[in-house]
Amino acid sequence: MSGLFEKLGTYLAYPFVRYALIVGVLIALCASLFGVTLVLKRFSFIGDGLSHVAFGALAIASVLKMTNSMPLVLLITIAAAVLLLRTGQNARLRGDAAIAMLSVGALALGYLLMHLFSTSGNLAGDVCSTLFGSASILTLTRAEVWLCLGLSAVVIALFVLFYNRIFAVTFDESFAQATGAKTGLYNLLIAVTVAVIIVLAMHLVGSLLISALVIFPALSAMRLYKSFRGVTICSAVIAVVCALLGQLVSILAATPVGATVVAANLAAFGVCCVMGRVKS
Amino acid sequence: MSLITCTNLSLGYEGREIIRDLNFSVNVGDYLCIVGENGSGKSTLMKTILGLRQPFGGSIAFGDGLRQTEIGYLPQQTAVQRDFPASVWEIVLSGCQNRMGRRPFYGKAERDRAKEQLERLGITELSKRCYRELSGGQQQRVLLARALCATQKLLLLDEPVSGLDPMVTAELYRLIRGLNREGVTIVMISHDVAAAAEDASHVLHVGRELFFGTRDEYLRSAVCRCFAPGGGAGA
Repeated sequence: MSGLFEKLGTYLAYPFVRYALIVGVLIALCASLFGVTLVLKRFSFIGDGLSHVAFGALAIASVLKMTNSMPLVLLITIAAAVLLLRTGQNARLRGDAAIAMLSVGALALGYLLMHLFSTSGNLAGDVCSTLFGSASILTLTRAEVWLCLGLSAVVIALFVLFYNRIFAVTFDESFAQATGAKTGLYNLLIAVTVAVIIVLAMHLVGSLLISALVIFPALSAMRLYKSFRGVTICSAVIAVVCALLGQLVSILAATPVGATVVAANLAAFGVCCVMGRVKS
Repeated sequence: MSLITCTNLSLGYEGREIIRDLNFSVNVGDYLCIVGENGSGKSTLMKTILGLRQPFGGSIAFGDGLRQTEIGYLPQQTAVQRDFPASVWEIVLSGCQNRMGRRPFYGKAERDRAKEQLERLGITELSKRCYRELSGGQQQRVLLARALCATQKLLLLDEPVSGLDPMVTAELYRLIRGLNREGVTIVMISHDVAAAAEDASHVLHVGRELFFGTRDEYLRSAVCRCFAPGGGAGA
């Protein structure tokens, strides 16, 4: 046991490991906060769709040989989020179908682009690491860490400031709109924020597993708590604990970061299910 | 001056017009019942009054100092709400948001107001309970309390008794009648003509034929006899 801690100590002495831990926890926290709203609004899959769009955008960035891909990826993903939200409203292309189409379309195009234009010798490895996150979180530069910290702070501040509004829009959009709330604006805010979270989270778990960060903590918390506040706080706690544990385990056991964090969330969901049963 | 005046209003959804040339007005203290077959545009009319949809033509004017955001609304329940984790308190308090301006958090005034409405509807002891675990009648009271937090002037109720058993239905009608006597103007959609005939002061019938008038005029009208043969005739 003491050997384990010693090993952990050695790893934590490296600044890039500490950065990765902090960034990972913050991203998981942001994702879980907005996850509650997305799950309740029946938008669980928007995370999935947007992350595939982000994958496609990343492919474009790598084809263009951009050194800093973040701004482009962020821009394209936000645009997709706003677009998805629009189609959800005018109902000609229903929400779930639109998301599914965008999701697989972007995935296919992204892979196609990477295949056609890739200069790297290890295409499969590149694709795999974008999809599953691999170790990329350990290679974050100082600038990226600051960007992540800044964006996370903004996301959390937005959530706290708009908490009551978000609740009203999530619970009953027509009532909120009828009593004068600018629901379109709040929906836009939610879409843009989710897009930002997803682009951030791609570094941690890769684009295939992001949905897990968004929906698992919320679903777990909903087994245990019955008020919106309770669910929100509980899902934040679960997300932080799982992100921390998952990352530490992945360091010690040399497992892929993203998959380990998601596995931790899955385990937490199981525990919450059992606790929920026992409670009721 | 009327609270709401609709002039030559035509409305519908997805480009299809379902009601045309509708004229009616709602005065302070009225209890207007909107009746009509399914699909005749009752809910669409309500959403148009609330500003959730644009009318195809005509106009809706608000008077007596009523602003569009001062209408309390009791929508039909959505699937989202049935398994939503929220406490009664959180929901009722959310009705106060239209008076918060740019403030992000509730103050004492909002909390007091929410408490008052809970008291008024006799659900104070439910305030910590989870909304989805309440009975249908209790849920409607919670949504009524929320609507009353938003306004004291005018309530729009969209089929408030659908899915409730007769006892609870009668109880809810009694409650709404009480609110009306306290000065809250009521506009209610109902498919229950008998109930409409009992409580309403005015009736608006939408469908192939339009009718607007007082309850007594409605009960004598041909529209009523076609729509509900025998129903409500004794009232």
